[in-house]
Amino acid sequence: MTATGNDVTRWRGVAVDPDADRSRAEDTDPESVTRLRALSRVLLRDLLRPHRCRLAVAVGLLLSQNAAAMAGPYLVMLGIDRAIGPLRAGDGGPLAAIAAAFVAASAVEYAARRGFLTLSAGIGQAVLLDLRERVYAQFLRLPVAFHERYTSGRMVSRLTSDLDSIGELVGGGLDSLVLAALSVLSVAGILLWLDLPLAAVTLLAFPFLFGLSRWFARASAAAYRRTRETIALVIVHFIESMRGIRAVQAFRREPRNQRIFGTVSDDYRRASLQTFRLIATYSPGIKVIGNVTVAAVLCYGGWRVLRGATELGVLAAFLLYLRRFFEPMQDLSQFYNSLQSATAALEKLSGVLHERPSVPEPARPVPLPATPHPGAVAFRSVTFGYRADAPILTDLDLTVPAGQTVALIGPTGAGKSTIAKLLARFHDPVSGTVTLDGVDLRDLADADLRRAVVLVTQETHLFGGTVAENIRFGRPGADDAAVEAAARAIGAHDFIAALPDGYATQVHRRGGRLSAGQRQLVAFARAFLADPAVLILDEATSSLDVPTERTVQRALGTILADRTALVIAHRLSTVETADRVLVLDAGRVVEDGPPDRLAEADGRYAALHRQWRDSLV
Amino acid sequence: MPAESDGSPAPTAGRHPLHNLWRLRHYLRPHAAEFGWLMLAGLAATGAGISVPLVAQRVVDGPVARQDPAGLVRLAGLALLLGLAEALLIFVRRWVQSSSSMAIEAAIREDVYAHLQRLPASFHDRWQSGQLLSRITSDLSVIRRFLSFGLFFLVLNLVTYVAVVVLLIRLHTALGLVVAASAVPLFLITRRFARAYHTASRRMQDQQGDVATLVEETAQGLRTMKAYGRGPELVARFAGSARTLHDTGVGKGRLLARTSALLDLVPNLTLGVVLVTGAAAAARGVLTIGELVAFVSLQLMLTWPVQGMGWIIANGQEAATAADRVQEVLTTPPAIVDAPHAVTLPPAEVAGRLRFEAVSFRYPGTAAPVLRGIDLTVEPGETLALVGATGCGKSTLLSLVPRLHDVTDGRITLDGHDLRDLRLAALRRLVGVAFEEPTLFSMSVWENLTLGRPDAAEDEVRAALALAQADFAYDLPWGLATRVGEQGLSLSGGQRQRLALARAVLGRPALLVLDDPLSALDVHTEALVEAALKRVLGNTTALLVVHRPSTIALADRVALLEQGRITAVGTHSELLATVPAYRAVLSAEPPPVVPAIDPTPGGRGLVRS
Repeated sequence: MTATGNDVTRWRGVAVDPDADRSRAEDTDPESVTRLRALSRVLLRDLLRPHRCRLAVAVGLLLSQNAAAMAGPYLVMLGIDRAIGPLRAGDGGPLAAIAAAFVAASAVEYAARRGFLTLSAGIGQAVLLDLRERVYAQFLRLPVAFHERYTSGRMVSRLTSDLDSIGELVGGGLDSLVLAALSVLSVAGILLWLDLPLAAVTLLAFPFLFGLSRWFARASAAAYRRTRETIALVIVHFIESMRGIRAVQAFRREPRNQRIFGTVSDDYRRASLQTFRLIATYSPGIKVIGNVTVAAVLCYGGWRVLRGATELGVLAAFLLYLRRFFEPMQDLSQFYNSLQSATAALEKLSGVLHERPSVPEPARPVPLPATPHPGAVAFRSVTFGYRADAPILTDLDLTVPAGQTVALIGPTGAGKSTIAKLLARFHDPVSGTVTLDGVDLRDLADADLRRAVVLVTQETHLFGGTVAENIRFGRPGADDAAVEAAARAIGAHDFIAALPDGYATQVHRRGGRLSAGQRQLVAFARAFLADPAVLILDEATSSLDVPTERTVQRALGTILADRTALVIAHRLSTVETADRVLVLDAGRVVEDGPPDRLAEADGRYAALHRQWRDSLV
Repeated sequence: MPAESDGSPAPTAGRHPLHNLWRLRHYLRPHAAEFGWLMLAGLAATGAGISVPLVAQRVVDGPVARQDPAGLVRLAGLALLLGLAEALLIFVRRWVQSSSSMAIEAAIREDVYAHLQRLPASFHDRWQSGQLLSRITSDLSVIRRFLSFGLFFLVLNLVTYVAVVVLLIRLHTALGLVVAASAVPLFLITRRFARAYHTASRRMQDQQGDVATLVEETAQGLRTMKAYGRGPELVARFAGSARTLHDTGVGKGRLLARTSALLDLVPNLTLGVVLVTGAAAAARGVLTIGELVAFVSLQLMLTWPVQGMGWIIANGQEAATAADRVQEVLTTPPAIVDAPHAVTLPPAEVAGRLRFEAVSFRYPGTAAPVLRGIDLTVEPGETLALVGATGCGKSTLLSLVPRLHDVTDGRITLDGHDLRDLRLAALRRLVGVAFEEPTLFSMSVWENLTLGRPDAAEDEVRAALALAQADFAYDLPWGLATRVGEQGLSLSGGQRQRLALARAVLGRPALLVLDDPLSALDVHTEALVEAALKRVLGNTTALLVVHRPSTIALADRVALLEQGRITAVGTHSELLATVPAYRAVLSAEPPPVVPAIDPTPGGRGLVRS
């Protein structure tokens, strides 16, 4: 039971849920590796498709640049061979012509290179942007359950580090790919045409090149996958410790955190080192094959020349072209390396993009019926558990007529928050249905559901931006007057007005400078502005001081009057205002009735109520 | 720079752009010998690579022309050896380079992390975590790439360039000087490029940090986003940031494209000038054609070093801005550290008299103080409750005790010692803290509880759990070994709060600082915790933030905090009787003002408390 100081890996060893380390499992399971590989290829094609035309133009520019670059040295030689003679004779014409052609070729090369690089950077950035937006939108689509096991650190890692490594690829690479392919093909053709037997010796290198590349592809794919996962763990740990920095410092956690960080950082270093070592082997390996081929051609070619089987000039040309053949190969190996790195990242991203939401949007959404009093909620034999073996709710039946305010009370783990989450459709029930105005939540379009149902929890999140923007989050179209009205209604106006910039005050970094109570007030104003038919308050007033809570409650009196409300509160002052109280225990409703009647009865509520009354004195 | 002004060190204006990169050189020092070797290996590999064609040339000119098979085999063997040597040297260079550059990256990363852990809460309040994250990930990998690629080729290319130009001048002085003169436009182009690219990469890296911040914030606010169905709005906001990043990336690409093309053009035009003047010289007979050919062939060897310069400078500038960003963190002095003469108070000798003497506090970068002239004494063993309206500074006051923030004015003493004269670790060991937001880390319950006291005995942990009514922890799937926190089992707010409370009281710290420790508990549990807490508080000095009348019973005395000032101190009943403001804040009874909404009897949703 005791956790010793040097046992840094222990905390990661006790997995609560096999899913928690799911991304790691992806790495070793050959079936999912193959699947992700295929998916990432499809994704890449899909990403490049809109840029087909620009890609074609880029390749065209690249070819002209290459042709112009080839023309330069040729023109120089031509000038030496053909222009010096006439010049001696006083005729500067050929030299001028060649110089002009040379300048023209340089100009073409300049323009083509600039055009190519601009275009390819544009394509690369566009692909990156497209991918970034897709992945982000997908993360937002995925349900809460997914995020609970995926963790926010991994999400951040996917959207930053993984995309960075794809960005490194799109920065360059296309040119080496095209040029290498071009020179390999053309040089192979020229070699075959020059001398068949000598070309055959050269071609012997191909199986080796192929074998080496295949080995590298396999080994580096696994290694790069590991770097992706290890950097994700670095990010996960980093984010978690920076987020909890107050607790870290207050409890002198720094040395141990440093050790854990050292471990995950070292894992990442090792994983990266592995990829570097693979390329450190692969790239000189290509060099060895090239140089051995040159030596073999030199020996065999020389022998053939000695025997008179071929010309000396052919051998000389052969050697020059071999150089042209293997040099781009070297570039290609570099490119191949970034490709492998980007592929590993792309695989991770396609894994995310192909994650099926367990709470999917309906294919054919059913609109909410137009009723004068919307907000009737019903749970019909709902069974639900976060894990299959531990149901939280079993066969729960609950009907809340439109406009009713229901308070849920009961001990921790009774299922109060679970009911709230099911109604907000953070999860779908394992069996049974949750309906709103007779429509199964699973049949409602997300936009309709969110307009009708709003959940406010104890954990109030403020997004970066101003106070006003955070309130407006409840209804994006609302004007400043509506925002202020909402704040006034909830009793938040006074403190907001007292802030340095009033409503325009920036709530820095997760509301750093607003107190917990102030954040709750902003969250309330946000919910008030959203004006939903059903409002769920899960411990939404826990951090408020008494007068503020009283203001909020007074406001709730108006807010809840014409809408359905589900209130989870530990303070009975909140509960007392409800029309109806449900006492839950172990996922079942054990008491149900108006608060005053329950208080008079001799049940759990009555006991709690007495205790609470006593505590007020 | 982070989005807001935050007193972070002034940007390196006026300094050389490479200043901060140069300041990281001490990380290179342990690897200096390795870098020396790999430079040598790299140069030798380049030499071997150049020799292979020369040997091939000699084969063609020598043995083949002279019909000498033995010589042929010998020279081919030499070519093979040189080729293998080249490959081996490349292998050695890359192998050595990878381990040293990765080790440097890891060392800087761990140092940045260590430094961030030392920096006070006020630093973390101001800096967006995404900006910090992008510093330890993308910025460090840029620096690593420079160390493993840019730096080496920078040296290699410069050496090659100078060597070739020297050879050219020796071959033919006038033409050689023409080539040497081409270094001037090259220098001007690269200098202008370096400056522009420096700005662009800084912008790009900052924007990457902004994107990371936005992503991190989204991950945090995911439930809120879901609850309001605001996915489309967030996607639009993200798309804005992503597009800005895209535009900067495209701009950088254009800059690089223009410069790379120019770096291509200059050697080409030089070649043209050499061709024309060389041809003229040859026509006049001052230069042989053979010399001209040799000159041009050698000059062509400059193409790659010059062309590659664009990428290398880009890489170098990115590394320089990355180093700037990393240094911004590393050079921020940790404001809260041990004083040179700091002493350790042994827990056994602590009586526990906590005194606030004219304490004022203002968050850095803000104008208005949060706390003004606080004078307050908590006697040994006494429990003092802080009461006040939402946002009046209660939590801030508590955070001063474990020195998460330091007072702006005045001082806080423990048994007469200024807190700033105590060793930080020792002070924090004396203080048990529970924050209003209970932070649990992704590790076992056990480890979360023993966060500050890894040496805690099992019975201490059990006692703490019993006090906080957190027996549920034993029933978790793996008992106290169950991992909780973000990567583990999710617990309810009340469960988290109870674990945080157990953590604070574990091992009976001399001083307890509890921020609304019972807010998320239900009435029943609250009563049980209260009873147990009362026994502990009987002989521990404690400072509590209290919102509810029910919790006030824990306190011996109460202090009322209003807008950063202590306006009343006394017992609960005294204050209730004499201070109207206190009554307004804490009384269970509604204020005498008639509520605006007229409560209809029996109507729903009305306040009846």
